[in-house]
Amino acid sequence: MAEKLHFELVSPEKLLMSTDVDMVVVPGVEGDFGVLINHAPVVSTLRTGILEVHNGDEPQQLLVRGGFAEVNPEGLTVLAEEAMPLSDVDREALEAELKNANEDVADAKDEKQLAEANKVRDRLVEILGVLDLAA
Amino acid sequence: MANLKDLRNRITSVQSTQKITKAMKMVAASKLRRAQEAAEAARPYAERMENVLASLASSMVGQVGGPKLLAGTGRQDIQLIVVATSERGLCGGFNTNIVKGARKKISSLIAEGKDVKIVTIGKKGAASLKRDYGSRIIKHFDMSHVKRLAYGDAGPITDYLLSSYEAGEFDVCTLFYAKFQSALTQIVTAQQMIPASFDEENVVDLGGAAYDYEPDETEILEALLPRNLGVQIFRSLLENAASEQGSRMTAMDSATRNAGDMIDALRTTYNRTRQAVITNELIEIISGAEAL
Repeated sequence: MAEKLHFELVSPEKLLMSTDVDMVVVPGVEGDFGVLINHAPVVSTLRTGILEVHNGDEPQQLLVRGGFAEVNPEGLTVLAEEAMPLSDVDREALEAELKNANEDVADAKDEKQLAEANKVRDRLVEILGVLDLAA
Repeated sequence: MANLKDLRNRITSVQSTQKITKAMKMVAASKLRRAQEAAEAARPYAERMENVLASLASSMVGQVGGPKLLAGTGRQDIQLIVVATSERGLCGGFNTNIVKGARKKISSLIAEGKDVKIVTIGKKGAASLKRDYGSRIIKHFDMSHVKRLAYGDAGPITDYLLSSYEAGEFDVCTLFYAKFQSALTQIVTAQQMIPASFDEENVVDLGGAAYDYEPDETEILEALLPRNLGVQIFRSLLENAASEQGSRMTAMDSATRNAGDMIDALRTTYNRTRQAVITNELIEIISGAEAL
């Protein structure tokens, strides 16, 4: 393939990736979709899942949470609230966090605390679910 | 004539003040660099988000029943002013300028007969607004625990704004902050957050094609608008942090210079006085010797 797709991965804190790649598989809410060059313009929200960047042989896998993807004639832009390489995800640390979160939920004194703790827990459960699927 | 010892003491005290201002200037300079980097790193996300929303919003124009965050409540009676300032002082006109801008807007809104509510972020702005508009301040966000601003720090503010908007506690929300331009210039900016407003020029030209939306437009808009609010708040907090450091750096730089000028002036006076004292003593001795 001569021409390549311009791909950008952006989190609220910084621009994580900006390269030309062969293909990207995006975890959209209505299912994964692959984006190649000259893809029709699409806007899709993301679900928590694995984003695959294909460039050369080995696809690179990233865990993304929250956000959306936009395909326009200039390329693909993924805006994710959280994104990290799958290899950097520390499963044990996440499980320990989940345990803490579960305790927080149990210890919550009022509704506000409970809502807060639930939010933290749901996020972890979501990520761990994705990891289970990937494994 | 000032006493020699007093002068010496003043010189030492100005010197130690100068040391402090100099140190603060250096600290501000290094913090500024970090804050500026953070602000610049956050720009792509916010810009892309705005672009997408602008194209979405432009395709929604004229349709009835769009999301409330975009279309507004249809009223403008209750205005919420969010004033973002710093937690610390000694940063020149930074806080004063933001508060001044907000104050102007508040008083003109009150004159128009609108109901004005205020939310403050950062204690400096809260302190100076409390005097005149104490009863109007409905919420204060303390950011003093935040060392390095992360996206999550904007979360509570966003959640609060969204839930009180849902509850119908205000119709229009405007955020006041200082946009960072350079270490010397910070521009006080009033940004309307709710209902969201976008620049038409940001719309990406698709060359005649139209976006496919997954899920449909309304759902995406509903998901994105609250997120956009969070991103915009986060971005303005970052801009504010950079502006604060820039402003502090400039203020401390001129304070250091002023202290230097003052030391020079004091030293001249000190030397003159010293000479005068010596001359005096000599005159006394000589006239004493002559009298013998």
